[in-house]
Amino acid sequence: MEKNIRGRVWRFPENVDTDQIIPAKYLVTGDPDELAKHAFELVRPDFAGNVRKGDVIVAEKNFGSGSSREHAPRALLGAGISCVIAPSFARIFYRNSINIGLPLVECEVDSGDGAVLDVDFENGTILDAEAGREYTFPPLPDFLMKLLDVGLIENTKRKLERMKG
Amino acid sequence: MGMTIAEKILATHAGKESVSPKEIVDAELDYVMVNDVTGLPAFEVFEEFGAAPIREKAVLIQDHYVPNKDVASAEQAKSMRDFAKKYRIVNHFDVGRGGVCHQIMIEEGFAAPGRLIVGADSHTCSYGALGALSTGIGSSEAASAMATGELWFRVPETQKFIVDGELGNYVMGKDIILHIIGDIGVSGSLYRSMEFYGSAIVSLSLSDRITISNMAIEAGAKCGIIPPDEKVSTYLKDRVIGDYSPVYADEDAEYEDTFEYDAAEIVPMVAKPHLPENVVPASEIDVTIDQAYLGSCTNGRIEDLRCAAEILEGKKVHPDVRMIVVPASKSVFEDALREGLIETFMAADAYVAGPTCGACLGGYMGVLAGGERCVSSTNRNFIGRMGHKDSEVYLANPAVVAASAITGRITDPNDL
Repeated sequence: MEKNIRGRVWRFPENVDTDQIIPAKYLVTGDPDELAKHAFELVRPDFAGNVRKGDVIVAEKNFGSGSSREHAPRALLGAGISCVIAPSFARIFYRNSINIGLPLVECEVDSGDGAVLDVDFENGTILDAEAGREYTFPPLPDFLMKLLDVGLIENTKRKLERMKG
Repeated sequence: MGMTIAEKILATHAGKESVSPKEIVDAELDYVMVNDVTGLPAFEVFEEFGAAPIREKAVLIQDHYVPNKDVASAEQAKSMRDFAKKYRIVNHFDVGRGGVCHQIMIEEGFAAPGRLIVGADSHTCSYGALGALSTGIGSSEAASAMATGELWFRVPETQKFIVDGELGNYVMGKDIILHIIGDIGVSGSLYRSMEFYGSAIVSLSLSDRITISNMAIEAGAKCGIIPPDEKVSTYLKDRVIGDYSPVYADEDAEYEDTFEYDAAEIVPMVAKPHLPENVVPASEIDVTIDQAYLGSCTNGRIEDLRCAAEILEGKKVHPDVRMIVVPASKSVFEDALREGLIETFMAADAYVAGPTCGACLGGYMGVLAGGERCVSSTNRNFIGRMGHKDSEVYLANPAVVAASAITGRITDPNDL
């Protein structure tokens, strides 16, 4: 995982549910690129066509609520989103994101659409240079940082090896 | 220090004497469930492991997009059949043998007190009504859990909800949980375990309790657990697979918060678009409806159908409304047939369909057009949940759904 990222902000309100991220009718594939074509289709129809690799999502509380569909973080990964920042996340979305390598930051950030943020995961800082604001966040617990880094698939392979031994 | 039900179940399954909130534990699972929508990504991930699944722990249920709606969903459902065949998984419930995954997990005896169950569907928390710790996970985790039989958990803080007193006419489990979510909000129990107590909870049927646990996720909770009593053990007799041991909280268990409610103050409720926390009494809202939906893991059980049929008996669905009834399982459908409920629904001009997730998630059938409104016995009223982004879903109990179907506007059945 990248230790530092710079990305352009897509701003979202509170309680963004996974039905908004990817509507149920597209849940017939697990392919991130295919899902990305329909990300936020109902609530933010300009997203899929304009999102660029490295962009970040900044949202208010309880991002990713509702359905357990892993298709939601997969769609965001497929769209090139490098990180989601919100004061709180729904728990299944949180787990899913870490498992597939989409970094999440629990932090309340004011920056709006189009702002550019520098996120430093190691030092736990977010800088909005233009607005002259810096935010700090507690880094992920070690256990989750490792999982994010290694990914659930590799992590499971290692666990299966250990179980055999 | 004492433990709550969730803490005890996690401690037991992690092989530990005790656990405390925020601790991360590896725990052994009793079952891992996936449905046709979450199954495909899980099976793709699974193949990366080069391992065989722990066969007896895996449960595969086709319910979201079956019978298949298009070629893509047909391929998706086929991937589940192929997976079941390849690894000889016997717990595979295909079209005509099952129904909504959570109803099947309960009916077929997978869910039981004290068990730790995960499912790749957020409403897996439903089995808390039987005293299990059950919770939703993603597809990759389901794959990992099928291979290893284990999963990591953050031990949740527990909130206690006490509902005391006598419930009024047509007030159901749905109204209790909507009332609570209206109070604490859709993130009021984020990462938490909810535990439900009080005379009103004790008085409820198991079916109504399942509605409450089912919607714990709508408050953001990991699980919603009700201490199991004789209603649970009676239900499980001749049904449950294997042994089970009920788990209860210690006297000195520590709760993060305690919320108390007077059952007498709870009335038939409606959650307005677009969040389950937007609750108002059904009698205080005046909107016309285009569709009335009765079904789902929340309220598609025989008790729900009986309640709605009693109201619809000898009446007609309003000419401007289409009513859709989807029993939650084959067994519910059979009971409804035997009891004459299907006949009542059809005589009232309702459309009755086979057991699936039906219209709940707006991708398959019962899809709403722009500007249309549906009163629904389901659990989510998010933007576009049942179809067009400008359609609206009003969540309510089965009695409100039936009464509203008759009048053509949202109606408290007590006002009929």
